[in-house]
Amino acid sequence: MDKFNIIVLAKQVPDTRQVGKDAMNADGTINRAALPAVFNPEDLNALEQALAIKDRYPGSTVTMLTMGPERAKEIVMEGVFRGADGGYLLTDRLFAGADTLATSYALSTAIRKIGKFDIIIGGRQAIDGDTAQVGPQVAEKLGLNQITYVEEILDMDSKSVTVKRVITGGVETVKAPLPCLLTVNGSAAPCRPRNARLLMGRKNYEVPAWTVADVNADPTKCGLSGSPTKVKKIENIVFQAKESKRYGADEKEIAALIEELAVNHIIG
Amino acid sequence: MNSIFVYCELEGVQVSPVSQELLTKGRSLANQLGVKLEAIAIGSNLDGIEKQILPYGVDVLHVFDDKALAPYTTAPHSAILVKLFQEEQPQIALMGATVIGRDLGPRVSSALGSGLTADCTNLEIGEYEDKKSGQVYENLLYQIRPAFGGNIIATIVNPDHRPQMATVRQGVMKNEILKADYKGEIVMHKVSDYISQADLAVSVIERHMQKPSHHLDSASIVVAGGYGMGSREGFDMLFKLADVLHAEVGASRAAVDAGFVDHDRQIGQTGLTVRPKLYIACGISGQIQHIAGMRESSLIMSINQDPDAPINAIADYVVTGRVEDVIPKMIRNLKEISK
Repeated sequence: MDKFNIIVLAKQVPDTRQVGKDAMNADGTINRAALPAVFNPEDLNALEQALAIKDRYPGSTVTMLTMGPERAKEIVMEGVFRGADGGYLLTDRLFAGADTLATSYALSTAIRKIGKFDIIIGGRQAIDGDTAQVGPQVAEKLGLNQITYVEEILDMDSKSVTVKRVITGGVETVKAPLPCLLTVNGSAAPCRPRNARLLMGRKNYEVPAWTVADVNADPTKCGLSGSPTKVKKIENIVFQAKESKRYGADEKEIAALIEELAVNHIIG
Repeated sequence: MNSIFVYCELEGVQVSPVSQELLTKGRSLANQLGVKLEAIAIGSNLDGIEKQILPYGVDVLHVFDDKALAPYTTAPHSAILVKLFQEEQPQIALMGATVIGRDLGPRVSSALGSGLTADCTNLEIGEYEDKKSGQVYENLLYQIRPAFGGNIIATIVNPDHRPQMATVRQGVMKNEILKADYKGEIVMHKVSDYISQADLAVSVIERHMQKPSHHLDSASIVVAGGYGMGSREGFDMLFKLADVLHAEVGASRAAVDAGFVDHDRQIGQTGLTVRPKLYIACGISGQIQHIAGMRESSLIMSINQDPDAPINAIADYVVTGRVEDVIPKMIRNLKEISK
């Protein structure tokens, strides 16, 4: 029976879906304190694909890998509570301020240190940046084939994986040799919840934390100094308020609205 | 001076709209910098492809024509771009922020160690001062994009690494042919010089293309529903309204996430960008990430029971009331006037 060693890439992100009035500071910067930190949604879809492989091929392992501040170890714990075997947190001030290229470099050094893997799975993109770049860049750094926008893993054997992926205007079935890296869409199967037994049994799991030195990374390729892109300027979005015409919901007002649109040739 | 390169995404042998938009933008950036615009076409059976590309004002077209290059897979296309960019040293390289561009761009940027900015909505040329070193860079590409769920707009630069790479969203830039008989050079490359057998390890076994279920990107009226529509049945009402208006139906992310309507109709930062003559927002509160995808509509109507819904601030017409009261009355009145 085939067994697979799977690495799941996951990120802790501010929940940009919950942005309220207090999410931005007066100076246009982000008030991170106002936003809860969550498991990046598409990384949960990725985790589910990994756990499903483990279900199907007993003896397979799932290892979480995340990068971030100390508290990002919550991501590894969350993975463990849902069925992952363990994981690692990459954390070091030298990793801070990384763009996608420096992030993928750091992750690739950690993956080399983990060493044994058949497949790496991450979410398509994270909701704080929406770039979808880290997956392909990690694959390139490790010399792996990549399949992005994956909807479902259809089949695996000791040498290859076959997936369904969503492309513009359709779907395709793609087969890639192992090892390879997949990124998974938010429309893929949702992740299973925490398992009560694991929640009790694994609550004392100590998440190993790795620094730049631990993964033998070149500090000049990490964090801000390893990032070719620089932020020139951040602007808060201010919409020009318009003088709007107001209508109520009764029959007469709606008739007047439609009349107005028709007279001005906006409709019809 | 080094050229601007545009990767032309092909649907079969048809250059995709986003690539046409990038050629248009690339031409104007090239004029501004006083450099050549070069384009890349990678695929199969590309005879005559230049007729679709040179009229945008392309000075050099690089063609890679081989059976193995279509349908798209990552490795051969990225191997070609990496080697071509090493040879030609472009200062700027652009591609669409599509499934293909977002698969290919990061791969190429990683191999070249150059920066890449995803999903830009605007590109400009300008200067940049590195605050730390005090060094001033002239004529950098400003890569402008919404970030943080569409709540901010960031201007990104790539001072020290080349090419400056960006993917750009479809529908945000103009699409204009420069001159039907524009004279450009065509370079037919020998594909085997660029790819190896190992680049062909991933295979597309099957492909199923669906007819598009809507034409939101070209609709002159869009009726969009939000979480306030309450249900899939609520959206049925929107389809009826759209029917009498000859409009297309769109949705906010909240409505899509709630399962009221299919994902491919999502408008906003992580969905489609539309710019119709009339945008009717029904039960949409107006999160910035939604507004990012529709703010350039000529006229905006908001139907919302909350008179202070944020979207009302940018609406030309505001109807305060419950969507289930207002929309049937609109449908009735529209049918009345079309008699």
